[in-house]
Amino acid sequence: MLDDIVKEFLVESYENLDQLDKDLMALEDAPDDRNRLSSIFRTIHTIKGTSGFLAFPKLEHITHVGENLLVLLRDGALRLNADITSGLLTMVDAVRSILGNIDSTGVEGDEAYEELVARLGRLKEKDPAPPAPVASPSDKTEIEVEKVIRELSGEVAAAVQQLSAPPKKSARAPRAKGKAAAKNSEIHVNVPAPVIAETPVIADTPVIDEPADHTDLEHATAAMAPASAVKREARSSSDSSGDGTDRNTSVADSSVRIDVHLLDKLMNLVGELVLARNQIMQFSQGLEDAALAAASQRINLITTELQEGVMKTRMQPIRNAWSKLPRVVRDLSISCGKQVQVKMDGAETELDKTILEAIKDPLTHIVRNSVDHGIETAEVRRKAGKPPEGTLLLRAYHEGGQVNIEIADDGAGISVDRVRQKAVEKGMVTAEQAAAMSDREAIQLILLPGFSTAAKVTNVSGRGVGMDVVKTNVEKIGGTLDIHSTVGKGTTLRIKIPLTLAIVPALIVTCEDDRYCIPQVSLLELVRLEGSRARTDIELMHSVPVYRLRGQLLPLVFLDEELKLRPHRTDAERRCSDIVNIVVLQAEDRQFGLVVDHINDTQEIVVKPLGLHLKSLSTYAGSTIMGDGTVSLILDVLGIAQQSHVLGINGTRNMIDNSSSHGEHARNGDSWLIVDPLDGTRAAIPLSTIARLEEIRTDSIEKTGRQQVVQYRGQIMPLISLNEFGQVEPDEHGSISLVVFNDGHRNVGVVVGRIVDIVSESNEPIHEGTGDTRIIAGRVTRIVNLEQIAMNA
Amino acid sequence: MSMPGSPSMQTQNSFCTFRVGTMYLGVEVHRVQEVIRAQRMTRVPGAPDVVRGLMNLRGQIVTALDMRRRLGLEETESKEPQMNVVVRTPDGPVSLLVNEIGDVIVVDRTQFEAPPETLQGIHRELIGGSYKLQGRLLLVLNLDAAVRLAA
Repeated sequence: MLDDIVKEFLVESYENLDQLDKDLMALEDAPDDRNRLSSIFRTIHTIKGTSGFLAFPKLEHITHVGENLLVLLRDGALRLNADITSGLLTMVDAVRSILGNIDSTGVEGDEAYEELVARLGRLKEKDPAPPAPVASPSDKTEIEVEKVIRELSGEVAAAVQQLSAPPKKSARAPRAKGKAAAKNSEIHVNVPAPVIAETPVIADTPVIDEPADHTDLEHATAAMAPASAVKREARSSSDSSGDGTDRNTSVADSSVRIDVHLLDKLMNLVGELVLARNQIMQFSQGLEDAALAAASQRINLITTELQEGVMKTRMQPIRNAWSKLPRVVRDLSISCGKQVQVKMDGAETELDKTILEAIKDPLTHIVRNSVDHGIETAEVRRKAGKPPEGTLLLRAYHEGGQVNIEIADDGAGISVDRVRQKAVEKGMVTAEQAAAMSDREAIQLILLPGFSTAAKVTNVSGRGVGMDVVKTNVEKIGGTLDIHSTVGKGTTLRIKIPLTLAIVPALIVTCEDDRYCIPQVSLLELVRLEGSRARTDIELMHSVPVYRLRGQLLPLVFLDEELKLRPHRTDAERRCSDIVNIVVLQAEDRQFGLVVDHINDTQEIVVKPLGLHLKSLSTYAGSTIMGDGTVSLILDVLGIAQQSHVLGINGTRNMIDNSSSHGEHARNGDSWLIVDPLDGTRAAIPLSTIARLEEIRTDSIEKTGRQQVVQYRGQIMPLISLNEFGQVEPDEHGSISLVVFNDGHRNVGVVVGRIVDIVSESNEPIHEGTGDTRIIAGRVTRIVNLEQIAMNA
Repeated sequence: MSMPGSPSMQTQNSFCTFRVGTMYLGVEVHRVQEVIRAQRMTRVPGAPDVVRGLMNLRGQIVTALDMRRRLGLEETESKEPQMNVVVRTPDGPVSLLVNEIGDVIVVDRTQFEAPPETLQGIHRELIGGSYKLQGRLLLVLNLDAAVRLAA
């Protein structure tokens, strides 16, 4: 029985301590934030009280000394400074370590913490600050809040009950909607939390004794607004605090702690329910019994909602993994003598609980590295013309079924040449290999075990252990790690991790009668070759099949061959196929075409990790259960690209360049799209500036004002004609050829008349002409700068 | 199946028995989650030979291992092992594909004997010993070794 109480105390205290770290650091930026001071005071007071009750004298003593110091701070007799903050943080650490001892051994441990107690005592003495005004506005707010709280608590409790009912959603509700609903209910649910948590503690402070003079509810509600505004302001004044504030204090009241294993079990049960539901649905369709059909329809809806609900319980905002980092950065930057500011963006991005746990350590490591090696000292930064305070930006966002986490610093960056040099010195690669590597490949060398470019080994990092561990940990959860760095500007590490359990849109393809899923993140487009084109358009480049996609050679990978379901096709076999389906995929910065038997459709699939026996197969990212209950494998596009050597591990550059770079002018040797704008002239567009080629029907053109537009991928795309009269003319089939240009923000459609040819400089003589004209293939040709045209649109 | 009073708990063991090829094998009954008939399998190209495929066990994806291939037995009968003995492992359930399911039997610990030195190779690794039953030997499958495939 007592054990349970102690356990409860430990869990709650850990949470409170995390909050304390944040609060203390937020307080450093705004030392007069009395709300925060009170909250810190209350936390310590609670721990003190409970430890006294549970007979942990050491804990009680330390927190008591801390509390004394906090009283002075709260009453304005003492003003917070860096020394006091450090002292209080040390106290938090001491409390944490005692709690750790209690957790593991049941007793407080041997350490006496006399030094700490003495230090806290000394801090109490010196530097008395001018007393703060007695009735500061924040006091008043507090009174009002308290009052409001009392009056509202009943009201709110009722509202909470309403809100905590699961939000109604349609069966295939998009995730965003679900999240919004979750957010709403969270906000509301959290409202009463500080109420109940605060009331008993505040009750013994003098503030509350003042008579309440507003009693009506409306007024109270109005008063609540400024209070929350104050809170928000306090929060925004320090990005580091995040808005975990409400969350942690609210735990006791608005949420129930649940064992993750129980959730796993629920998840499995829901899975079973889904399948039973499917069977019932099938069964009821065969019976044509209206009552049964109605009942099974209801079961269908409820099951879907239940499934979503249970899945959502496992999702947590990434804030939970980030919350410790500001403290890490603070301690580290002080010990390195640097100034570092932490910024967070997208802290509400949700991730599965297990993944969140798995990335905590890698994140801490990366952040330590950034502060230790990346960000320079204030003088160095000033000399380099940068603000003395370095910035560490943590960013998270969803992108096509994956979560991207970026850790960016504006520090010194990584010198690729030094990485090369170091790798050669350490014998990791030969000098020739190093020279042959692209910068992108070379920078990845720092992820190898035993690599360190740090000039000197510090006690924080630089011993050459670490980045490889980070990489392994990230890859263990199916993620990828990517580094971008510019010398002098900073380094950005990007972790891409899948949302397991989350629903991922995928393309379903068939290969040798089995269905496979391709996550749509990597999907660029689909190409279908029929009839004679299927036989002739796949060319061989020294036994490697390629396809000319808008003038660029696209290496082809045959899925059945790659999966070793059949031997490699001979050239003759390749020539007798009637239909070729090419799925154009993006793997890192390369593109390749995956040839499959059939392309079925797109579906939302639930990613399930592969069992132990299959983890080592790089071809698969996981498995899923299809609508009919069969298991399908999810292809790992990156793995396939590596296995088929589309992505060279080192050295061998691939034959295709990324053609999606926007607005770049054609370099020598580039390809040109030759068009006939139907006005008797010729024009050439550098292929590298074209996002896509499209053909549209004349009747799909609409008008806004004078501008001709079409609906394109859910957006309105303006049309501009290359024709000297600015006219949009259909060709003989009533269709219009477009070149789509993307300037990074929007698409612009350039009507090109008729597409004549694609030429590349290597096989067509191109002569310099005057101005922006050239002689290409024997004709005077105008060179079109899409970027310029788009600017006029 | 149900165990009698506590004293016998010490000396008796329950085994789920099955046949793979010519071998009469047993797995401790508490390691067995369930026994099910042939299921639809999804093959996994590129996987080790022993992995017959993936199956959907009430929403959970379970890897099925062909015990005949695992034990390196010759294909004496035309039919591949079809019955699923789903066992619990620390990494989740795994299905063992066997030819035929036997009874759950209770054996006495005193009947147990470690394998003789002459048992060599893969069988030495996978068979933890045998119970001397009337008329035949029940070979105890070393489950942890059986589901662990060489990487």
